[in-house]
Amino acid sequence: MSDSVRITLSVNGSGHVVDVTPRRLLSDVLREDLGLTGTHVGCEHGVCGACTILIDGRPARACITFAIQMERHEVTTIEAVARDDVYSPLQQAMHEEHGLQCGFCTPGIIMTFEAYLRDNPDPSETDIRDVLSGNLCRCTGYQGIVAAVVKAAADLRRRP
Amino acid sequence: MKPAEFTYHRPRTVTDALGLLATLGDDVKLLAGGQSLGPMMNLRVARPSHVIDINDLSDLDSVNVHLDRIEIGSLVRHHRLATDPQIAATCPILSAAAASIGHYAIRQRGTIGGSMAHADPAAQLPLIAVLLDAGIRIGSRNGSRTVDAQSFFVSSLVTDLAEDELITSIEFPVFSGQSGWGIEVFAQRQGDFAIVSVAATVERSAAGVVKSLRLALGGTGVVPIRLTDAELAAVGRAPDHALTEEISSIAAAAVTADDDARIPVAYRRELAATLTGRVFAAALQRAEGASVR
Repeated sequence: MSDSVRITLSVNGSGHVVDVTPRRLLSDVLREDLGLTGTHVGCEHGVCGACTILIDGRPARACITFAIQMERHEVTTIEAVARDDVYSPLQQAMHEEHGLQCGFCTPGIIMTFEAYLRDNPDPSETDIRDVLSGNLCRCTGYQGIVAAVVKAAADLRRRP
Repeated sequence: MKPAEFTYHRPRTVTDALGLLATLGDDVKLLAGGQSLGPMMNLRVARPSHVIDINDLSDLDSVNVHLDRIEIGSLVRHHRLATDPQIAATCPILSAAAASIGHYAIRQRGTIGGSMAHADPAAQLPLIAVLLDAGIRIGSRNGSRTVDAQSFFVSSLVTDLAEDELITSIEFPVFSGQSGWGIEVFAQRQGDFAIVSVAATVERSAAGVVKSLRLALGGTGVVPIRLTDAELAAVGRAPDHALTEEISSIAAAAVTADDDARIPVAYRRELAATLTGRVFAAALQRAEGASVR
């Protein structure tokens, strides 16, 4: 009843032609068909935030999005965040502030805050914790992540 | 944890979507933000044969402020509800309610129409719709109709929406200069569905007495409810401790949920009373601020 459909996915600025059945999740197509395994799959029902990517620049859960929905939309994944092997300010701050241990939740957290800090350049720590509540981390206790976002925001504000 | 097979449809216009709804039969789900439908399909709680993706229906993604009402298209997302200055200026409790939904990423996708149609008894936007007597505007190939929020929510996850119908917009009254408001959403973790939620609006007369009160309770029964006994009791009264106690005990008594594995009903009743006191105080304070201006 649901044959494969040929779609063009625009991911990190490049077009990819893939054949998908409608039920294929965006997270699975990114990982299995495009080899972009930086997007992690945790709970697979939208709760843990590990699979967070950007759709047209806005954070979204890839595990509760169907790949077929993404035709004519722009998807951005963690693979596009570092430029020319240079960390983004947020990635650098996560490194310096010990914002990760096992790293499983990290891509989702980075994608969430890359978008959030663009819209909210000077967040309070309360604001940061509110947004971070959408991403589960079982290693760090969150303190290092909050410190990293504070540091990245300050760094970004100093840049032109 | 993977959805069952389905056939995907992506209409470009409302007319096309209504045509699909009229012809595809009863095993169809509309996909808007997908923040409830996605998990339900992954968990196979929902396994529709057809999914109609309505994200291209840009006609439904608009906010229109009229003289006494604000009409919000069903595809408007929670993040916009929470941050749009014209919504904050005309219906501030709606902005506050939307800001408290789920998490940041969820609010970027979730829509007001989806929240209404899903009708979770603990959800914030149905609570506000019931509080403010919002009108749910519904379209089908046979025409359109408007249903008041209290009639729209029939039971837990059950609405008045027929199989061939689509919510097109939701109409809320514009706040008057004298209105104050308050909302409290209590959950054990940030972003969870509320164990109890309470919302209120208050108008005070020049003499300081309560001119009108709206009070609604969510998460404590199959649908959000208005506490009309409390609303009537408050009119013409000074907003003192005795009145707060009275409406709080009405709220506690209105809890109909049973004990469940995690939450005894006694706890919900105490929460309903406490949160009622808080939203009443917040609404009074904002009403006072409003009348000074």
